Amino acid sequence: MAVLTEEQTMLRDGAQDWVTDRAPVGAFRKLRDSGAGTMDPALWKEIADMGWAGIVVPEEHGGSDFGLTGMGLVLEEMGKQLVASPLFISGLVAATAFRQMGNAAQQAEWLPKIADGSAIVTLAVDEGNRHDTAKTALTAEASGDGYVLTGTKTMVIDGMDADAMLVLARTSGAPGQVDGLTLLVVPTDAAGVDRHGLVTVDRRGYAKVSFGGVQVGKDAVVGQVGGAHAPLEKVLDVARVGLAAEMLGMCQQAFDTTLAYLKTRVQFNTILAQFQALQHRMADLFMEMQLVRSAVEHAVREIDADSDGAEEAAVLAKAMASDFANKMTRQMIQLHGGIGMTDQYDAGFYIKRSRLLEMTFGNAAQQCERWAQMRGY
Amino acid sequence: MNVQDSQLTAFRAEAREWLDKNFPKSLANRGDEYFDISPRYPEGEDWAAWRRAMCGRGWGTPTWPTEYGGGGLTRQQALILRDELEKIGAFIPLTGIAVSMFGPTLLEYGTAEQKQRHIPPICAGEMIWCQGYSEPGAGSDLASLKTRAEDIGDEFLVNGQKIWTSGSMHAHWCFCLVRTDTSHKHEGISFLLIDMKTPGVEVRPITLISGKQTFAEVFFTDVKVPKENLVGGLREGWTIAKRLMQFEREGIGARKMTVGELRPLDEVAKEYIGTDDEGRIADLDLRARIVRHQMWERAHRLTVARVADEAKTGPSEATSVLKNAASHALQTRGEMLIEITGFQGIGWEGDDYTQTQRDTIRQMLQAKAHSIYGGTYEVQANIISKRILGMLDHQ
Repeated sequence: MAVLTEEQTMLRDGAQDWVTDRAPVGAFRKLRDSGAGTMDPALWKEIADMGWAGIVVPEEHGGSDFGLTGMGLVLEEMGKQLVASPLFISGLVAATAFRQMGNAAQQAEWLPKIADGSAIVTLAVDEGNRHDTAKTALTAEASGDGYVLTGTKTMVIDGMDADAMLVLARTSGAPGQVDGLTLLVVPTDAAGVDRHGLVTVDRRGYAKVSFGGVQVGKDAVVGQVGGAHAPLEKVLDVARVGLAAEMLGMCQQAFDTTLAYLKTRVQFNTILAQFQALQHRMADLFMEMQLVRSAVEHAVREIDADSDGAEEAAVLAKAMASDFANKMTRQMIQLHGGIGMTDQYDAGFYIKRSRLLEMTFGNAAQQCERWAQMRGY
Repeated sequence: MNVQDSQLTAFRAEAREWLDKNFPKSLANRGDEYFDISPRYPEGEDWAAWRRAMCGRGWGTPTWPTEYGGGGLTRQQALILRDELEKIGAFIPLTGIAVSMFGPTLLEYGTAEQKQRHIPPICAGEMIWCQGYSEPGAGSDLASLKTRAEDIGDEFLVNGQKIWTSGSMHAHWCFCLVRTDTSHKHEGISFLLIDMKTPGVEVRPITLISGKQTFAEVFFTDVKVPKENLVGGLREGWTIAKRLMQFEREGIGARKMTVGELRPLDEVAKEYIGTDDEGRIADLDLRARIVRHQMWERAHRLTVARVADEAKTGPSEATSVLKNAASHALQTRGEMLIEITGFQGIGWEGDDYTQTQRDTIRQMLQAKAHSIYGGTYEVQANIISKRILGMLDHQ
C-alpha cells in the first residue's frame, strides 16, 4: 500500500467502513435475488451524499478535486465487495471526459450534476464483440443545426439507469479509421433512443442502445468534430486505471476470503492451510498481487501528474490487473472446492464480475498489443 | 521550504559538485561491471581513483556511521546521493557481501572492538569476506549444519565443511555459522569470524554448469579461532544469521540485474528474427511473451521502489516477494534470449560465436542459481505463506 496523505487515509478508511457496513457483497446478492434492478438507488444517493461522485470534479463545479488517487482508493474498496453503483462510469469516466474534452458551458451544465449524483452520465463507445473505438460505425450526420445519430451501441455501462450518454459517433471516414470520430452528449430520453437491458453474467446494468435517427444540436458535440479519438483514448486510459483499481480490490478480497477459508477447512484431519502445495500457491498469488498493486498505484500517480509515462502506466495497470484477476478468481473457485461452485457462496460473484472487468475497455491482450506498438516492435 | 528541506537541497548541491569533480567520466554508465558475484574490482587507474575518492568520503557505505569510516548520511541524504549518482551514470564503487550483508549485521550485533576492527577496512573496499553458511548436508535446511566449534579455553577449535561459499578463493575473512551445542538445533548455533589465513583452512573451487568458478568448498581442520571473534552470545548465531539473510534477500531481490540496463529483448529479437511488413517481431508468439516479460520486469521494479517507500525500519518479509519475482524475471529473460538467438545462442567456445553469444548461454545457466541461493524459491514461498500469510506450519 502506497504511503498516503492524511486526507487520503481518511477517504480510504471512510470508504472501507461504508462498504463493509452498507454495501457488502451480500447486499448485491439480495438485490439480484429480488429482481428489483441492477443497482440500488438508495445506496447511490448515499455515495453521492458522501461526495464521492465529485472526487475528480473541480471544486468550482462542486467536486473535491481529489484526482484519480482519491477515486482509486474508493474504487478499490468498492471492488472488494463488488458494489454495484454508477460511481465508476459517471463519477470517474464521464466526469473526466467533460473535464478533459468539454467546453466551459458543458462543464458548467454537467459536472455539478455528476458531482452531486443528480445525473448519471455513461459512455457509449462499444459496438462489436471487442472494445475497439476505431471500428465505430454509428453515424452522426450533419443535419440542419445539429446532427442525426443512427446506429447501435452495446455494453453501455449502467445504461438503463443513465440520464445521458456520451456517444462516440462517426462524422466522417469509415469503420477502422481513427479519424472522423466525434463524441456527443445525448440524453437517454431523446426521441429515437431505444434502450434494452442486457442480462450479463455479473448481473449489472449493461444496456444495448439503438439510435434511430436521434436529433441533437451542435452544442451536443464534446470536443472537436472528427477528432475525438486521441482525447477519448486519454479519458479511457483513466477509466482503465479505475478498472484496474477496482480489480485490485476485488483480487485482494478474493485472496483474503480464500486464505480465511484455507485456515478453517479441515480435510484428512488437517487444516488445509497446512498443506505446502496450497501454501506455495498462495505465496505465488500473493507475490503477483504485489506486482499488480505496484502497477496500479504507479498508474494512478502518473495520471494525476499528467506525466509522459501515463499512457504506458495505464496499459501496464490494466493488463496486469486483468491477467491477475482472471487467475485469482479461478484459484478462488479451485481452492474452495465444491462450495466454490455453488451459487450460495460468494466466489461465483467474483469470477463473474471479473470476466466483465477484464474485457471492459480492452482486455489484457489488447493492452499488450499497445505496449508492443508503443515500443516499436 | 522548511529547515529540513533546505538542508537536503544544500546537500544535493554539495553532492553534485563533489561528484562532478571526482567521478572519472570514462566510467560513466559502467556500473554494471560491478554487478557480479565476484568481489574483485575491475582493474585500471580510474576505477581505483573512483574507489579511493568515494571510500575516502565514506560514500562507499553512505549510511554507515562515520566513526567506522562510513558516510553518516541519513536515509534521505543517501537517496539524494543515489539520485545524483544516477544522473551522471555514476555508481557506488563497492560491492560484495561485506557491504550488502555482513557490515550491516555486524553494525547491529558486533561489539565496539569488533566494529572498530572490521568495519573500516570494509568501508575502504580493502577487505573481502565470504559467507560460511551452507554445508553438504545443510542447504535449505540450514539449521541442520554440523561444523563444530569446540571450546578449548581461549579459543574455539573448528572442524567441518562449508559449501557454496561464494568468493572464498579471494576472501580474507569468513563469517561462519558453527555448532557450539549439539543438543539444540537452532539454539545450538553460533556466529564466528574466521581469518582465512588460519592454518587448517582449505579452499577448493567448484566448477559450475556455466563453466564459472564463483563458488568453492571450504574445509576446516582443527582451525583455532580466538574467542573474541564470536559475534553476539554463544548460541545466538541463528538470530544473527536470519537478520543477515534478510539483508541478503533484500539485495538479491532489489538488484537491478534484469531491469532496463540490459539490452531490451525486443531489440535483440528484431536483430535475430526480423520483422514483418508492419514492423512487428516476425514471431508473434514470442512478441507477446516479450511484452508480458517486460511488464513483469517493470512491475517488479515498481515494487522494489514501493517496498523502499513503505519500509519504516529495515528490511521485511517483503524481500522474499521481491526475490522470487526477480528470479522469475531473470530466468525468463535468460531462456528467451536463447530462444531468440537460436543456433547462435548455444555456442560454448570458439570463434563461431561472438563473446556476447557465448555469454548468453552461460548467463542463462548461471541464472538458474538465482532461485537456489539466498534461500530457494520454495523456502521464500514458505516464508511468505507462514510469516506474511499466517498459514500454519506443516505438521
